[in-house]
Amino acid sequence: MTQTFRLPEGGLIDRERSLGFRFDGSSYRGFSGDSLASALLANGVHFIGRSFKYHRPRGIFAAGYEEPNALVQLGEDPRTDPNQLATLVDLVDGLAARSQNRWPSLDYDIGALNNLASRAFPSGFYYKTFMWPAAMWMKYEHFIRHAAGMGQSPRERDPDRYDKTQAHCDVLVVGAGPAGLSAALAAARAGARVVLAEQDHLLGGALLGQVGDTIDGAPALEWARAAEAELRALPEVRVLERTTAYGYFDHNFLTLIEKVTDHLVRKPDHLPRHRLWKLRAKQVVLATGSIERPLVFRDNDRPGIMLAGACRTYVNRYAVKPGTTAVVFTNNDSAYGAALDLHGAGVEIAAIVDLRREVIGPMSELAEAAGLPILADHAIVATEGGRRLKRLRAAPMDASGEQVYGSGEPIDCDLLAVSGGWNPTLHLHSQAKGEIVWNDELGCFVPGKASQAALSAGACNGDFGLASCLAEGAAAGQKAAAAAGFKAKGRKKATPKATDHGFLPARWLWLVPSDTPLGHGGKHFHELQNDVTAADLKLALREGYRSIEHVKRYTTTGMGTDQGKTSNVNAIGIVAEATGRAVPDVGVTTFRPPFTPVTFGVFAGRDVDALLDPVRRTPMHGWHQRAGALFEDVGQWRRAWYYPKNGEDLDAAVKREVREVRRSLGIMDASTLGKIDIQGSDASELLNRIYTNAWKKLEVGKCRYGLMLGEDGMVMDDGVTARLGEHHYLMTTTTGNAAPVLAHLEEYIQTEWPELDVYCTSVTEQFATISIAGPNARRLLAELTGDIELSPNAFPHMAVREGTVAGVAARVFRVSFTGESAYEINLPASFGLAVWQAIMTAGEKYGITPYGTEAMHVLRAEKGFIIVGQETDGSINPIDLGMDWIVSKKKDFVGKRSLTRSDMAKPDRKQLVGILTDDPETVLPEGAHLVERLEPQPPMTMLGHVSSSYYSPNVGRSIALALVKGGHAKKGQKLTAPLLDGRTIGCTIVDPVFFDTEGDRLRG
Amino acid sequence: MLLIPCPYCGERDETEFSYGGEAHIERPKDPEKLSDAEWADYVFMRPNSKGILLERWVHSHGCRRWFNLARDTVTYKIHAVYRMGEKPPRVPKTDYV
Amino acid sequence: MGDSFLRHSPLAHLGLAARATEVSEFEATKFEADDAEAGVAMGERPYRGLVNLRGPAGDKAFDSAVEKALGVALPIEPNTTAGPGKNKDSLRVFWLGPDEWWVVTPGDGPAMADRLRTALAGQKAAVTDVSESRTCIHIRGARARDLLSKGCPLDLHPRMLSAGRCAQSLCAKAMVALHQTEDDSGDGAKEGGPAYDVYVLNSFAEYLWLWLEDAAREYGLRITAE
Repeated sequence: MTQTFRLPEGGLIDRERSLGFRFDGSSYRGFSGDSLASALLANGVHFIGRSFKYHRPRGIFAAGYEEPNALVQLGEDPRTDPNQLATLVDLVDGLAARSQNRWPSLDYDIGALNNLASRAFPSGFYYKTFMWPAAMWMKYEHFIRHAAGMGQSPRERDPDRYDKTQAHCDVLVVGAGPAGLSAALAAARAGARVVLAEQDHLLGGALLGQVGDTIDGAPALEWARAAEAELRALPEVRVLERTTAYGYFDHNFLTLIEKVTDHLVRKPDHLPRHRLWKLRAKQVVLATGSIERPLVFRDNDRPGIMLAGACRTYVNRYAVKPGTTAVVFTNNDSAYGAALDLHGAGVEIAAIVDLRREVIGPMSELAEAAGLPILADHAIVATEGGRRLKRLRAAPMDASGEQVYGSGEPIDCDLLAVSGGWNPTLHLHSQAKGEIVWNDELGCFVPGKASQAALSAGACNGDFGLASCLAEGAAAGQKAAAAAGFKAKGRKKATPKATDHGFLPARWLWLVPSDTPLGHGGKHFHELQNDVTAADLKLALREGYRSIEHVKRYTTTGMGTDQGKTSNVNAIGIVAEATGRAVPDVGVTTFRPPFTPVTFGVFAGRDVDALLDPVRRTPMHGWHQRAGALFEDVGQWRRAWYYPKNGEDLDAAVKREVREVRRSLGIMDASTLGKIDIQGSDASELLNRIYTNAWKKLEVGKCRYGLMLGEDGMVMDDGVTARLGEHHYLMTTTTGNAAPVLAHLEEYIQTEWPELDVYCTSVTEQFATISIAGPNARRLLAELTGDIELSPNAFPHMAVREGTVAGVAARVFRVSFTGESAYEINLPASFGLAVWQAIMTAGEKYGITPYGTEAMHVLRAEKGFIIVGQETDGSINPIDLGMDWIVSKKKDFVGKRSLTRSDMAKPDRKQLVGILTDDPETVLPEGAHLVERLEPQPPMTMLGHVSSSYYSPNVGRSIALALVKGGHAKKGQKLTAPLLDGRTIGCTIVDPVFFDTEGDRLRG
Repeated sequence: MLLIPCPYCGERDETEFSYGGEAHIERPKDPEKLSDAEWADYVFMRPNSKGILLERWVHSHGCRRWFNLARDTVTYKIHAVYRMGEKPPRVPKTDYV
Repeated sequence: MGDSFLRHSPLAHLGLAARATEVSEFEATKFEADDAEAGVAMGERPYRGLVNLRGPAGDKAFDSAVEKALGVALPIEPNTTAGPGKNKDSLRVFWLGPDEWWVVTPGDGPAMADRLRTALAGQKAAVTDVSESRTCIHIRGARARDLLSKGCPLDLHPRMLSAGRCAQSLCAKAMVALHQTEDDSGDGAKEGGPAYDVYVLNSFAEYLWLWLEDAAREYGLRITAE
């Protein structure tokens, strides 16, 4: 098919570069510089989709980001994108697009029956119909989505790369139309660091779609080219084209999406498809232009009905005739410009239908002079045509504008250019919480007071003339630069002279009358994307909705992917009129990000797969990998979980590991434990205030176990702290709490007790920590150190010594989490691997067994040692744990006062107990609920839950720890654990120490 | 996303900071002398008012220092920043309903 | 402390030295840029002496004891470094906070810690050797600033950060201390552009390296042996 509707010359397209593309299976050609929409129009394709609810044929309505109809599905799985605006898609060779909202095909659409049955789809239809039962919703949703055709998401994983970056600038200018270019120039010339963001790939904004405007006597676009060249040559200016500023957040933080490779045929692997810019601007100049407003008249949605400004863009920018015979329908002067441009392109102007009583204004007068037929004080009362507009009727109106005389004269046409005025694009201003005020003369909302460091300039500020845009842009750019600390030097460059006319005068009629009453024959759409009509709005009002936010949700107006860019103000106007309120009293619905849809991929960026979250490695990580360890995540740390041998499963490997530790010797990587170096003359005092027990009398060279509470009295962390010197301690924390505990200490030191002479420094990563445990631990260590005396008297349990291990400077703690005689060896991190290997070699004769976190958990549970975060959950205090012995009665400490609150003394608090199942081979699942009285089915009164549960080969049976209401007083009592799989497990409450209850092994 | 003026490091992105709740709530000198209600008031109760709030922040991914902000909880405008131990500055009255 | 051949740096397992000659992604970028140079060069600079110093800046005894021990006064302006010599590889002191510094030395960390401890004996101060806790990733090149900006919320513009300045912040999801070692026009920068030392905790080093390597794909990356 040839490009029948392409004009022989003109346009910002490259006719040397012909591109092939497909739409719904048919092949077409267009030119480089085309959008998908302009290329389709060049080929005479207007019918491009069906509407959301009624499946009415719809065509290309706009030329930019405000397009409500022309949503297409691009590409093939997995590189497929639904809901893409044909008006914004750059044509590339080989592009393949499909229409949406049709099933099974665009021409034969079953859903179109909805249109015939439209009375069954009033506003609120979905709310009213698909309510009960809730379980049916899944079925309804399937049907609705299928019929509604929101496009298809890819079934396979997205193969593209996405990236994010942060950026800073003095002045961000959003929009590169005349105001934006002018602002960027002024700010950049003052020396400010400027980012100029433009969603289009060409700079120029409205100038790209209009001819005839001049700046300093030359065509306006020439000025834009010169401005662009100057900006690109400045080192402190960054021009981001194909970049949409879509979100404006607190403190001038904006998010922009840059489409990096969508327009490339060959997409290089090393480039991201889209890039998210997280930009902090000292000042922002919003130069986002305006969006033309449609008129709300009967059957105003047929393919061939377009915004007047869009027609101009297709003619001037793309050299495309959007029709053969056109009617222009307007309430303001600007559409006459479209009529003139269409006329100039050889489109026959059948009529200009003007709602205004008089034809005045600069463009109107030019059109009149050109002899174009004008019907003033007329309304279009009906349109005809299925897949393309064929005919319409225009009738004269009465003085009120509420009625027409007769049924009007039929006029044949295949294009209807519509203009209902212009709305400033104040979305970002409003997202930034700026005020919005109604301007009666302009018939639109304009920005009021900004609440952030932002200035609006040009059409988005309600100033529509070209000269005003240039002047206001320059002033805003200068002001923004000055506010960011860059005063313009030297003589100011004069603002260029330019043509200057807006779209006034205008006549504001929210609803165009027809020859039948509203809702009787035909539809007055104000919202094309979600198929919402003026009748729907009025029904919502009749049903009692008053707030515009409620009307919006009930009718779904403005809730499509276009967020009502062309429809919202008309909806507000119709509601205002119908309820006898002024427009500003109805108010606007909230503007929320994103301004235009954003690919999910950019939010993830490159933080996917291996880079999703940091994987923290210990110095011995590589050894564990080579030893075949399986790992478990503990926070961001990856810790060795167990080391299977000869195909062992978890149970078999853990049984072997825990047996070997108690039989001979085990080795574990404990490097992840938090370590905090505490120095200062008040170090002991700090520990006294933070821990529940007393610290001042601890001897140098000794360690003590400590429990730390929040001010609410609940257990926060535990660990062993060693006194290294008179004023020097080393605190250990649990793996997960290393950072929170340091933050806790710093908070108290800095905010409550600044008088204390004490400093805390994290040394978690300074040391590799190797724990060796078992009856042979001391024998092994003796072979590796010559300078540490190891006899139980010289180096007792809970002592710390310094010396060398395997020739490396080391600090050795005799502490135990297993109940065995054990040593924790702290080494400079970079020597950890070498010493680990030396220990493994020396330990061969003892059958040294590396054990992982699972075996460690079993070993400590055999001894009834708690794990913070497993036996505690932020609601457990030391008394609940049976650890009253560690709570000082004398001194104050963080959380102490809470322990005597009345709630803490309740006898039915959950308390830590041991649990033994009746069948010693049965292992309770962790999390299992425990009940006193078993009922045939839930609900049952729950007494508590199992917090830790394992099979213990050393005890020879299963063991468990649990938190049970009043558990301490219930020792010996029988409980039942009803499980999800239907089993019920009988068990008994016991003391939570199962192995070596006297602790002889520990001290040996 | 807030831009927070650390009194030591200068303006930094919110991601570098952690929030510490309302400022100037001093830990009671002698908690044992407080009634349960008074202690609960110290530990749990905050007015959570609308308007300018004196609040604590810590530059956790920077200099690790705690400091105070006077921040409007409606507009998020930061009216003042001051160090721990310093007296709160005079801030404009906010009149939110 | 032990024989140095027994040491393993946090990134040793990635075999960076062996990759030091390759320019990854270079082929991919060639069709775009005639410039054969990679936009970014990156390598590990392990085993620096790193001593954390805490104390009351402004206290005469503290200030002078430290200055005597180090040969340079402590930097008190936020986000700056100070050093006794012009040689950029010699001792440098980083401001970390109003009462916290790092003494970064090409020499032995524990020895430096001992020297400071001796100098400050009896004073309100804390000296902690943290040499083993972190490694340093050196990044340089025409696109080094763009690379870091992908992960770091700091404004790295030359007006905000320049050679000799430092800052603690985040890069991706890792805490880092950043030290700009050279300005854009810095000498010896084969790739041109600024140069940075990025200090990162051992356990995050592999994550950060891989993240940066992935981020550098679009610029072309040369791995350097430092």
